[in-house]
Parts: sequence; structure tokens; C-alpha cells
Amino acid sequence: MSSRPLANSELGWLAYDPAPESASLARLAPSYGLFINGTFTDPGAHEQVPTLNPATEATLATVAHAVDEDVDRAVRAARHAYDTVWSVTSGAERAKYLFRIARLIQERSRELAVVETLDNGKPIRESRDVDIPLAAAHFFYYAGWADKLDHAGYGANPRPLGVAGQIIPWNFPLLMAAWKLAPALAAGNTCVLKPAETTPLSALILAEILQQAELPPGVVNIVTGDGATGAALVEHPGVDKIAFTGSTEVGRAIQARLAGRGTHLTLELGGKGANIVFDDAPIDEMIEGIIDGIFFNQGHVCCAGSRLLVQETVADEVLRRLERRVEQLRVGDPLDKNTDVGAINSRAQLTRIEELVAAGESEGATRYSSSCALPEQGYWFAPTVFTDVSQTHRIAREEIFGPVLSVLTFRTPEEAVSKANNTTYGLACGVWSEKGSRTLWVAERLRAGVIWANTYNRFDPTSPFGGVRESGFGREGGRQGLAAYLDV
Amino acid sequence: MSERLDVRKTYKLLIDGAFPRSESGRTYEVVDAHGAFVANVARASRKDVRDAVRAARAAQPRWWGASAYNRGQVLYRWAEMADARSHELAEQVAAAEGLSAADARASVGRAVDRLVWYAGWTDKVTQVFGGANPVAGPFFNFSLPVPSGVVAVLAPRDSSLEGFVDVVAAPLCVGNAVIALASATRPLPAVLLGEMSATADVPGGVVNVLTGSLEELAPVLASHEDVDGIDLEGALGATGDLAAVAAASIKRVLRPGHGGAEAPLRRLRAFVETSTVWHTVGQ
Repeated sequence: MSSRPLANSELGWLAYDPAPESASLARLAPSYGLFINGTFTDPGAHEQVPTLNPATEATLATVAHAVDEDVDRAVRAARHAYDTVWSVTSGAERAKYLFRIARLIQERSRELAVVETLDNGKPIRESRDVDIPLAAAHFFYYAGWADKLDHAGYGANPRPLGVAGQIIPWNFPLLMAAWKLAPALAAGNTCVLKPAETTPLSALILAEILQQAELPPGVVNIVTGDGATGAALVEHPGVDKIAFTGSTEVGRAIQARLAGRGTHLTLELGGKGANIVFDDAPIDEMIEGIIDGIFFNQGHVCCAGSRLLVQETVADEVLRRLERRVEQLRVGDPLDKNTDVGAINSRAQLTRIEELVAAGESEGATRYSSSCALPEQGYWFAPTVFTDVSQTHRIAREEIFGPVLSVLTFRTPEEAVSKANNTTYGLACGVWSEKGSRTLWVAERLRAGVIWANTYNRFDPTSPFGGVRESGFGREGGRQGLAAYLDV
Repeated sequence: MSERLDVRKTYKLLIDGAFPRSESGRTYEVVDAHGAFVANVARASRKDVRDAVRAARAAQPRWWGASAYNRGQVLYRWAEMADARSHELAEQVAAAEGLSAADARASVGRAVDRLVWYAGWTDKVTQVFGGANPVAGPFFNFSLPVPSGVVAVLAPRDSSLEGFVDVVAAPLCVGNAVIALASATRPLPAVLLGEMSATADVPGGVVNVLTGSLEELAPVLASHEDVDGIDLEGALGATGDLAAVAAASIKRVLRPGHGGAEAPLRRLRAFVETSTVWHTVGQ
């Protein structure tokens, strides 16, 4: 086998034919209102903001921008539903609503996958195989908990918190909505969900699903908008709990804002995950794991393996193989079923990635970017790997949230652990080795909420997810995820 | 015939297993419940806080790295030491809280029993809080409770010993290192219990006890970037300000009144993280 990287251009005779999914499956309305108390408000009653397809910069639809009064109405609807309906609905009945929602997501999964890919820019392969099935699985999993809370390990008859305000990011729009709503509803709370500014559409389809499930009005309310809408939700005195997923910077501000108030809080924030490769790791799987770790979802993943720590003895070979694999990644139309890396979600995010990559170059790291052709329209960034990275470089310390990998090396397991933990974050890490005892030794010493051994970026509703240190607190998923929505 | 003159004791800080006076040389007067002078107690400085944090950070891996069985025995040993010196503790609790001798003895008894209760938790939390997760795929997946790391606790103002035991032993038994700020007005039972920890095989730096001004020291603890969590039980009116300061480094914050008997495990869980490991299964 040649060790020379093959460029896409040299694979011309192997080129894939386009295999596009149909955008028309999305069935989008031209404009959307807010989902409050079981019905959509009149879109014309709100300032309408366009939401773009980041792959084309075309407007997909316009959505309402919720202002303080809208948030207030949503919170009051949630409170009323909590007081009059949801708190007197038995666990078994709550469970059945959640099972219904899970089934409806499965039924409309193809449509949801297209909507997600259009609005977010992620490859249809990922929205189809990861985002949407996992969203359904989350509702299915937590449905079963609703009438078994006495057995969840928090004592008998654990009480819900009340009204939960939930603010979610743009990287996994529907999945994050499911991570927030499913445990909250199972535990007996009512919700006001604030989708991300750039990716509101799948949550609005979910609102339709909630109507189809005949979830009682007000149990879930969905208010679209920007940071000001989220701030109004955080500030609202009628909210008993805030669950936020997003940047550490905003999480810090929310925690400070809620300080001294009775509002419960969980935060799932940024990360700078280390993917640690030992010299005995199975190389084919490991190369795929590195690729999945950083290029999955264009690197718009808080737990991305954005720092590759590779043992010196195998560094040359790993980098050679990695470069060849990066060169073969198919970057382009997110709706094409063969696409590996889609569009960057927004102009703002692209600018941030470009700024940090420029910092990487100016600080002396060596840049390699795929030679792939990028589309003319839309927001794109070629998969990029930096070598000669030192721990003090910005690209080794700051979350880039894009398809950019920083490679560092180590000699001993102690050094690997020390470098992995040399960050203020603590969300996820990867360990690659065939030696189980060493893997567990390393895992014990990593300060991270999730550790993937010989795999990366795996998610499951039964598996608690969340960070330590400045990656936040609280867990989503599993029995532990219920604690975020119970007064325990 | 004259009575024998007492040999009085100087009450000092506990930092890194040693008993320094405050590096600042400052002290303050502690009086009993009736206003009578009891002692000049060390008044810790910001530098003492930083020294304690450094000691706690350095000691924590070894404490967590010890077996749960061993940590349980060390905490139980601490309870043995406290029980053996319960008269001394009761005397100070009575003076500090204005209790009768019998009530003070009862309070010390409850405090020691509480310590025994926590000693028994060290090797239970992993099974009670953790477990295996049946993920859909060829993986073995398990979640373990792990300590947050370095935890600062503001001991309650009034409950000089029982309250102190709760705020210190809970984070300790799950593997954290602790920096405790004793009640400013009733510090002596805490100082005594700290002394006893040093003869109970608690490794140096794992338990640090500071005395001094809440207003001066609590903000230093709340803002210190190498403190992972803070229990504000004794924060009094400063809860909101301290919680806001703690937000800068995304600290775990336990609010006053949230670790009580109605939710006995809340305090145990407050400074525990869930660490989840996925491992591939294959031939």
C-alpha cells in the first residue's frame, strides 16, 4: 500500500455519483409562530427572523423572535399546566405520552433528518443515523422512568422541581431538545424550551409532534429567539430550574445571574477533549476514531476529541495515516448521503474557526488542510490538522468548535494524563490501547465526565453525559440524568 | 493551698497536616456563649487560604487513590479519636453553644455517630451512585462517582461540632480534600476535631481547618480557581455574593439549608461527579 496521501482529484475514477436526499421532504412552512400553551401563535404577531441553510445561505423559513412578554406567557402557561394538569398526571400516564412522542419521532424521522440537515448543515448520514434515532431513543428511555421514580435511587416519592427553562445549542438541535425535555417530563416538570437562534426548525416540527401526541397544552412551550430570549427565560422568577447547554462563557454568566436565587441549575458547557493514542492501539480503528472524534458534525461537538495526544513512537505513522484519511473525507452537500463533512453552521462560527486557525499558524504550529474543493456558496471549512502544537498555543487551549485537530505528543502514560488534564475543561477524553489495565489506569486519572476507550463520540440515553470543572455540572442520560429534574 | 494553674493551649490552624499560626501573625478573641474570654484564636489570612488550597490539591489524589476501605477506616479512626476525647469536645461545645454539660455531651455523641455514619459510606457510594449502563452497541459502559477534587466548606455559625462534622465529612468520604472555615464565633470544637484528624491517619492536606473572618476569607475560597466546589452552609447573608463569585470558575455550589436531614444524600452527592467509561467489547 502506498503511504503517499491520495488526493480526491486522483480518485476521479472512483468518484461517487451524487446521492442527494430530497429537500422537499422537509415540508417547511414559510413562517412559524411560537408554541405556547399547545398552539402556535400567529407568525405575523412577532418580528420574523430568517433561518438559513448554511450550505447555501438560502432562507429556509422565518421564525418568531420571542420577546420578554412572550417568554412570560410561555412560563405562565407552563406553570398553569404544572399546577392543574401535569403534577396530577400519574407517572404511568406521563410515560405513555413520552412513548407516543418517541414513536412519532420515529414515524417522522426521515422528514426530521432532512429538516435538521437543512437548518444545521450536518451530513444527512449523521442526522439520519445519529441525531434523530437518538432523540427518539431518549424519549423512549425516559418514558419508562416516569412511573418508576421511586426506584431511581433518590428515595421514595421524589418531587419534580416545577417549571424548567431549557436553553439548547445549535449543534444537535433535536437531540438536545430530547435530552432536555424527556427527563424533565418524565420527572413531572413542565418546560419552556429555547432552541438555538440558527437552528430552530426541528424543535418547531417537534412542537407539531407534541400536538399529534396530544400532550396537554402548556406542558411544553417552545420559544424561538436569540440570546436575549434565553436571558429573559433565565431572569424569569417563575422558572424553578434552568438547564443550559452551550458555551462556558454564557454558562458562567447564567450561573452568576442565578447566584443566591432558589433556581436549580445544570450546565453542559465547552470542552477541549484529549484523544490519547498509545503505541499498541489498533491502528485502523484508531484512525477512524480520531476522524470521528474531531470531524463528526464538522467538529461542532462540545466533547470533540480536538486534542490528539499521540505516543511519540507511533506519531509519524499515525500522522501519515491520518493525513491520508483526511484527504479522503468527502466535504460538501450535506444532503448527499455520501458526504462526511457538511457545512459550518453559521457565518459567525466560521469566522471564529478562521480566527483560531490563523492564531495557530501565527503561533508557529504547522497546518495541514484537506485539498478538497469547497462549494462557492455557504459556510465551509476544510478539515484541518495542526502539528508542532505546544500546550500554550491557543489552538491547544481554546475550544474551536470546528473541524480542526491539534496534535501533541507524549512519551509516558503519566505525561499523557498530565497533558490531557492540562485544561480548565473536563468533558470527554478518548483512550486508545489494547492493554485494558493501562486504559483503566488512564481513565481513573482523567478529569473528564466521559471517557471513550477504543471508540469516540458515542452516545446513548442510558449513559450519563456531562462534564467536570469548567465543562459544567449535572448529567444528561441515565438514572443520573433524572437528578437534574428532581428535588433531590 | 493554691490550686494548680492551667496550662492553656494556643489554638492554631491546620494546614497540610501541620499546625501553623496564621502566617500573618494575627489572632482574634473568642468568647463563650456568656461573653467571657476563652482564647486568642489564629486569624487566617488570604495567604493561609492559598496555602491550604495548594496543600489540598496536592493531597487529594492520594486520598482518592487510597482504597475506599482504607478511607473508611481512617474516618472511623477519626471518630475513635473524637470519642476518646469527647469530654474535651463537650467542654468546648458547652462553652461555645451555651449548652448544659449533659446537652453538650449528647451533641458530641451525635457528632461522633455522624462521623461513623460517613465512615461507612466510603465503600458504598460507588455502588449506590454508580452502575453499569445498557447502551445499544458492542460496549461495556459504566458510571462511577468520582470526587470533584478540592472542596471549600463554610461551617455553620451555630452548630459548632455537629454541623462542622456534616460539612467536612460528606465531601471527605467521597474522596475530596477539604478546606473548612470554622464558625468565626464558635471555632474551638472544630479546631479540636481538626487536631484529632491529625492523629487519625488522615493524610496531611486532606483536611485543612482555618479560623478567622468569614467576610475576609470566604470570598478568597469562592474565587480561588483551584477550588472545585464550595458548601455555603455557613455563608449567612453573603450567599448570593459568594455564589456569584464562585460562578466565575463554574464551581459546584451547595446552598445553605440544602444538605439537611430531609435529603441526607444531597450533601454526599453535592461534590461528586459521574465519570462514565465506554469500552469496546470484541474478540
